Amino acid sequence: MLSGAGREGTRMSNERIVVVGAGMVAHRFVSTLLERDTDGRFEVEVYGEEPYAPYDRVALTSYFQGKSPEDLLLGEPSLWDHDSVTLHRDAPVVAIDREARAVRLADGRDAAYDHLVLATGSYAWAPPVPGVDLPGVFMYRTVDDVARLREWVETRQRFFNRPVRGAVIGGGLLGLEAAGALQSMGATSTVVEFADRLMALQVDDSGGEALKRLIEKLGVTVRTGAATSEVRADRDGNAGTLVFSDGGEQLVDVVVFATGIRPRDDLGRGAGLGIGERGGVLVDDTSLTSDPAISAIGECAAAAADGHLSVGLIAPGNTMADVAVDRLLGGDAHYLGADTATKLKLLGVDVASFGDAFAQTPGALEVVYSDPFSGDYKKLVMTDDASTLLGGMFVGDASAYATLRPMIGAKLPGDPSAWILPEGAVERPELELPDAATVCSCNNVTAGTIRDAVNHEGCHDLGSVKSCTKAGTACGSCLPLVKKVMAGELEKAGLEVSNALCEHFTLSRAQLFSAIHVAELRTFTEVIERFGAGHGCDICKPTVGSILASIHNEHVLGGDRAALQDTNDRVMANMQKDGTYSVVPRIPGGEITPARLKVIAEVAEDFGLYTKITGGQRIDLFGARLEQLPQIWKRLVDAGMESGHAYGKSLRTVKSCVGSTWCRYGVQDSASMAIALELRYRGLRSPHKIKLAASGCARECAEARGKDVGLIATEKGWNVYVGGNGGFTPAHAELLVADVTDEEAFTYIDRYLMLYIRTADRLQRTAPWQAEYEGGLDEIRRVVVEDSLGICAELDAHMAHHLDTYEDEWKAVLSDPERLQQFTSFVNAPDTADPSLAYVEQRGQIRPATAEERASGAVLIAPARLEVHA
Amino acid sequence: MTVTAASSVASSRVVVCDYDRLSPELGVAALVEGVQIALFRLWDGSVHAVQNRCPFSGAQVMSRGITGDRGGVPTVASPIYKQVFSLLDGSCLVTMDKEPVAGAAADLVVYPVSIDNGQVIIDLAGGE
Amino acid sequence: MTAVPDTASSTATRVCALGDLTPELGVAALVEGVQVAIFLLADGSLHCVQNLDPFSGASVMSRGITGSRGDVPTIASPIYKQVFSLLDGACLVTMDKEPKEGLAPGLRVHAVAAEGDAVVVTLARD
Repeated sequence: MLSGAGREGTRMSNERIVVVGAGMVAHRFVSTLLERDTDGRFEVEVYGEEPYAPYDRVALTSYFQGKSPEDLLLGEPSLWDHDSVTLHRDAPVVAIDREARAVRLADGRDAAYDHLVLATGSYAWAPPVPGVDLPGVFMYRTVDDVARLREWVETRQRFFNRPVRGAVIGGGLLGLEAAGALQSMGATSTVVEFADRLMALQVDDSGGEALKRLIEKLGVTVRTGAATSEVRADRDGNAGTLVFSDGGEQLVDVVVFATGIRPRDDLGRGAGLGIGERGGVLVDDTSLTSDPAISAIGECAAAAADGHLSVGLIAPGNTMADVAVDRLLGGDAHYLGADTATKLKLLGVDVASFGDAFAQTPGALEVVYSDPFSGDYKKLVMTDDASTLLGGMFVGDASAYATLRPMIGAKLPGDPSAWILPEGAVERPELELPDAATVCSCNNVTAGTIRDAVNHEGCHDLGSVKSCTKAGTACGSCLPLVKKVMAGELEKAGLEVSNALCEHFTLSRAQLFSAIHVAELRTFTEVIERFGAGHGCDICKPTVGSILASIHNEHVLGGDRAALQDTNDRVMANMQKDGTYSVVPRIPGGEITPARLKVIAEVAEDFGLYTKITGGQRIDLFGARLEQLPQIWKRLVDAGMESGHAYGKSLRTVKSCVGSTWCRYGVQDSASMAIALELRYRGLRSPHKIKLAASGCARECAEARGKDVGLIATEKGWNVYVGGNGGFTPAHAELLVADVTDEEAFTYIDRYLMLYIRTADRLQRTAPWQAEYEGGLDEIRRVVVEDSLGICAELDAHMAHHLDTYEDEWKAVLSDPERLQQFTSFVNAPDTADPSLAYVEQRGQIRPATAEERASGAVLIAPARLEVHA
Repeated sequence: MTVTAASSVASSRVVVCDYDRLSPELGVAALVEGVQIALFRLWDGSVHAVQNRCPFSGAQVMSRGITGDRGGVPTVASPIYKQVFSLLDGSCLVTMDKEPVAGAAADLVVYPVSIDNGQVIIDLAGGE
Repeated sequence: MTAVPDTASSTATRVCALGDLTPELGVAALVEGVQVAIFLLADGSLHCVQNLDPFSGASVMSRGITGSRGDVPTIASPIYKQVFSLLDGACLVTMDKEPKEGLAPGLRVHAVAAEGDAVVVTLARD
């Protein structure tokens, strides 16, 4: 009994929940409970044995792409600062006293509970072959496993001064992940699988064969039907040779066992809870164990709905957590069993399976497409009359998975082979998802829930559907589908699908872009006559102005276009709160000579401008009046400077560090790269502003992953990241291509930006565009790298046109008396400055006076005193 | 009515500029007896005059807003926070969920405009 | 043990006053056109090595952090953190890097002594 040690904490009037385990499912439980327990009924104590807060175990492999454990942490760190939550790290629980309702910690203390939640997960299991505990043999389960593996490979690589020979025992999901990890560290890798095929749980023999071919093409050796009987030590006592039961041998420097996981049910066993035949704490469909004061969730549980078997996937664990929370709050949710549908990207190869993928339903028909040339293998399982979808399997091209998975049990219109023939070969029929179909599997949101939100909650745009249903708020991969369901419902309800630009145009920005492009229109008058109605407004005019600029790259103030531009573009400066403007000359890559710095300083001094360094590594001069802009720019242009487009929905800056020219760590010349990028894309009009950055090494001083396009130098070239944003909804950029040359980087960025410019919504930045693009970043990569749509030549030509026709907007205006007319203070008093402007001094510079300062008349600086008498 | 020069009419009517000085849909500011006014020549050739001060920011910037129409009513949008105003009666059609700055009405004052002998004339006293 | 390099072809040069040195903070000096790094350690001992860091090629050793490995007083390069013995200049920790082409991994040690209030360096020659 545990009566000896003092109990930790004091019993509050609140009910106390103790969670044992601090993994992904525990995280889900706590965050859902906090969100739903609005009355603050519960306080939660979480005990985890690892020294980290819950992290994304599924993303472990990304640790090899330079991520740190902190990058893998789940959710908002503030979750653990909540008053009613305490996270205890390095705090293993060793026993449960059900009678006293307390758990015993490894350090001897006890923690009392009103309700106990077991979320202890599973452990990596290795077969008991001799040598499994030698140095150089690793498991693949925790951040620490992965860190030790990385260190070992790096150390051995230096020691041998040749690529390390790696082997992975186990050809399942984790095994292939581990093989990819070894490869990314520069090791060779061999996958050893006991069964006759890879991924035996997910694919059939033909699928396994296709997968093997695709993976071998990537340089991984595959040995199926091979049983490992021993890991033999080398002279130094490290893992040196793999011995197979057929007598074969293979030399190795590192071995990773990925031979499966087993539920960690020892606490439950010790406390006498019911245990499944093949392990796992038995739970019913409410996540309760045989003791009603104890729940078990995730991989440590064996649920009745899963045939009393533990399931090693994250989605069912999350559902069990949600059910447990719902029950604690008095709800009646049920766990209905795991959806074992999976879509994985292993070593860059897509593998997906769902439903009755092995055609075990009596009479089931299999429709198979296999292309040994491309390596694709696709299969649909249908009922005996070929009408209803039962399941499917994809290796290589899994593009139809997202659409088909929710259709299990529904009738597929038309010929099912349309879905597995190569895309574009046959027209695929439109599908109507059944209400019960899961659209967002992270948050378990069905098509019916989304339709309800549209029809009864008044959610008529993606943002409100997301916040109302939580669909697409976790991984975001379902957003294109969410959008489709929403749009279909709006259409049915006779509601205008809200992609119309405004009352003057029923087209969306992307539709308008291609319409204007195809019709080769050049003026707003033509555009609105042809595609719109009325006289335009402040929404459609700047949009059309931007589209015309993107297509033709003619001067923003030419033709009838000046009237289209927002005030910033109209006068090519940034309007401030008092109606004056700020001026930003371009400083490519943040590199500037002292001589030019001096010119900027003199201009600022002569015109009395407030001066501040921006976050984009350039200089902003504030307080310029409309009529002063041409005078200011004359000085800047004469000194060789040009517009920085700080006012435009266009390229802003390319931030950089100095890179290998000066920095002792730099591996590429990031400053030269940044300058080249900035000169390449300057003046490129786009749906929203674009920011780029280039870092000279993995230390990432230029913060490139917070930018729309970010380059990070590697020993071999550049890694190109896309879709990073700061602003309202920050997003980290994701890897588009790795280790490319300067020229390749330009090509892929050209195409990425052009695709964005052509297809994004008005004022949509790259991060949401990328998330909502059908097929996500993978599809974008196919378009811009593999030219899957056959449009790369056109995108390239479009960017070439931009490069050929670029001119400095300000220089052009200075030589055009008609356009200069726009820069007068008053049409009838061009020499008078706006008399309403007033400033006070602050830290040696000016700032606009507040209403109170104006009223008191205190220390006002009138604009007349700032006049320049040149 | 024929007007030949500003001096010959009632003192509230002031010649501001030549009609040809106005570009279609590009506003200009004018300073008329110490009052700042925004002038717009629209697609149909008509000229409209409203106060230059944006009620929602307090800045003298309405002349730099984008013109357009809402349901057939000619409009101008403030370049600062994008409120939309009718150029016919100055009423604020879209507030963008904002309040005007202290002491300001949400609507714009509209001034009668006439064009004579190629000149744009504003009646300050007619402002409402 | 005091290392006394062969001084046959060199002359002793007064570099600075002893009082100019702060314990554990190196200084650079130019002696007959050669850059040297001089350290006054906490125990009062004086050490002088080449200022050129063999692993970066920059003349920065005087700006490294002094310390010890076992009983050996050391200086760490401020660039890539290689550690060198101040007694014989041997590189004790290479950080898995190679010296710049044409440079030996160790530091040349020059003779340094206090003569009255003066710090005097005698260059070691080949």
